[in-house]
Amino acid sequence: MERQSLPFTIFIHIAALVLAIVILAPVVWLFVMSISSTPDLVAKPLHWWPDTVDLSRYGVLLSSVANSAGEAFVASLFNSLKVAGMATVAALAVAIPSAWAVSRTPSVGWSLYAVIATYMLPPVALAVPLYMTLAWFGLLNNIFGLALVYLTILAPFTTWLLKSGFDSIPREIESAAVMDGARLDQILRLITLPLAAPVMATAALFAFLLAWDEFFYALLFTSDQRAKTLTVAIADLAGGRVSDYGLIATAGVLAALPPLLIGLFMQRALISGLTSGGVKG
Amino acid sequence: MTSNWITTRAWLLMLPLLIVMIAIIGWPLIDTVRLSFTDAKLVGTQGSFVGLDNYVKILSGSNFQRSLITTFWFAILSVSAEMVIGVLAALLLNQRFYGRSALRALMILPWALPTVVNATLWRLIYNPEYGALNALLVQIGMLDSYRSWLGEPGTALASLILADCWKNFPLVALIALAALQAVPRDITAASMVDGAGVWSRFRFVTLPYLAGPLMVALVLRTIEAFKVFDIIWVMTRGGPANSTRTLSILVYQEAFSFQRAGSGASLALIVTLLVTVLAVAYAALIRKTAGAS
Repeated sequence: MERQSLPFTIFIHIAALVLAIVILAPVVWLFVMSISSTPDLVAKPLHWWPDTVDLSRYGVLLSSVANSAGEAFVASLFNSLKVAGMATVAALAVAIPSAWAVSRTPSVGWSLYAVIATYMLPPVALAVPLYMTLAWFGLLNNIFGLALVYLTILAPFTTWLLKSGFDSIPREIESAAVMDGARLDQILRLITLPLAAPVMATAALFAFLLAWDEFFYALLFTSDQRAKTLTVAIADLAGGRVSDYGLIATAGVLAALPPLLIGLFMQRALISGLTSGGVKG
Repeated sequence: MTSNWITTRAWLLMLPLLIVMIAIIGWPLIDTVRLSFTDAKLVGTQGSFVGLDNYVKILSGSNFQRSLITTFWFAILSVSAEMVIGVLAALLLNQRFYGRSALRALMILPWALPTVVNATLWRLIYNPEYGALNALLVQIGMLDSYRSWLGEPGTALASLILADCWKNFPLVALIALAALQAVPRDITAASMVDGAGVWSRFRFVTLPYLAGPLMVALVLRTIEAFKVFDIIWVMTRGGPANSTRTLSILVYQEAFSFQRAGSGASLALIVTLLVTVLAVAYAALIRKTAGAS
């Protein structure tokens, strides 16, 4: 390994510090806003750190008092959890058999490209008929309807990710089991799926994050606490008449917490998923 | 087992996915095509056949042309900035320095932050009266008085691009970093012995390893940027004076705010067509890059 000159080493450290500040500053500021009192947030010059830490907004948003800001927020939090959870389970249920089939049967491989192509479709291309159909079935403003619509995003994506996961499991293991007389369901249940557990977990995480993040369909298809998701609730807060910026920031922190924790702790799995998805294409 | 049976079995296993995809993607897409030739309203009237009227009106109208230009600007500027900053960050993260693994771990933060939260956060930062950007720039003397970054047509789009860039360049950096780590060290060392300078080392040794993954990142980011909706809706709703009204926002307004399902559908199909052309052109480009390296 080559030795680095001192000026170069100093330059690298300064650049790294700048990058760290660029990444951290906005996120830290979101958190600081959420714990600052309103006078601190509207002061000129601005107080970059609050005189006293004010955690009351977390209490406000997580309370379940009827007709409070908290009640609406908690309802949207549970809606997001339910919609993202249901959509993830449903997406994996249809994606696992298809991804395995495509991975093991080259003759149907072209169908995967059709699946990927739909992932490129802009949601606006489907939005109007989906709206009319949901309205027809009475599924507007309904978490089941929204979860079903989320499959348009999650199903192609998880199929694509799982297919490259199954590709990396040697077919020879399965062939050996076939020789021993194992049936297809036994092979999948006892051999392939346990080996594919890590990639399935990654796919589930990605799918959950995608659904948690989704805004466009949720904005179109939900209208009140019965189905509104977190993203819509936060957009309402940000665009509405709420004058307490700290409350908006607190909602943001709470909505960002699950994906940030998943991101930090599942780093390796996520990055290998991101890059392999990116490299294999 | 015969190969016939294996193919049949594959289709059977794919049946649930195919049924779902046809029901919630295939059929709606066909229905969008049908609607685009009608004057249907979102609620109430089924509308009647109007031929190509919607398309003619849209393509000759100034709203569409202006949104198309706005979308192009947004996509080109945000994606090129993300690619350049992302590669630079990856080159940095590939060097040796204290806290490297911590910084690599931090890169996941902007990516993991939900888009709507990111938009809300930057909306607060750009706030004309109490925002952190105004406070910071005034306190360090770079700005005389507070500005309305999102409220002025001259700065709104640039402010949006900055916010989008902050969220997305780390993903490019992570993809590029993974590719950099695949560059064999002895090749870099050998090129240094041969007297290659920093630039030619990057150009001829490192870049070929980066080209493939970066190309894919470029494609995915461009298509995403072309479809952009969330961040703009939350930050400006297409304003001020429609200066940030991208195509997806325009479709939303046409089909849902004005409830004109017919012309909204034609507009949506024009956007779809543009995205498809982009995707196909890029696919050809990727194949070419893959063949060259």
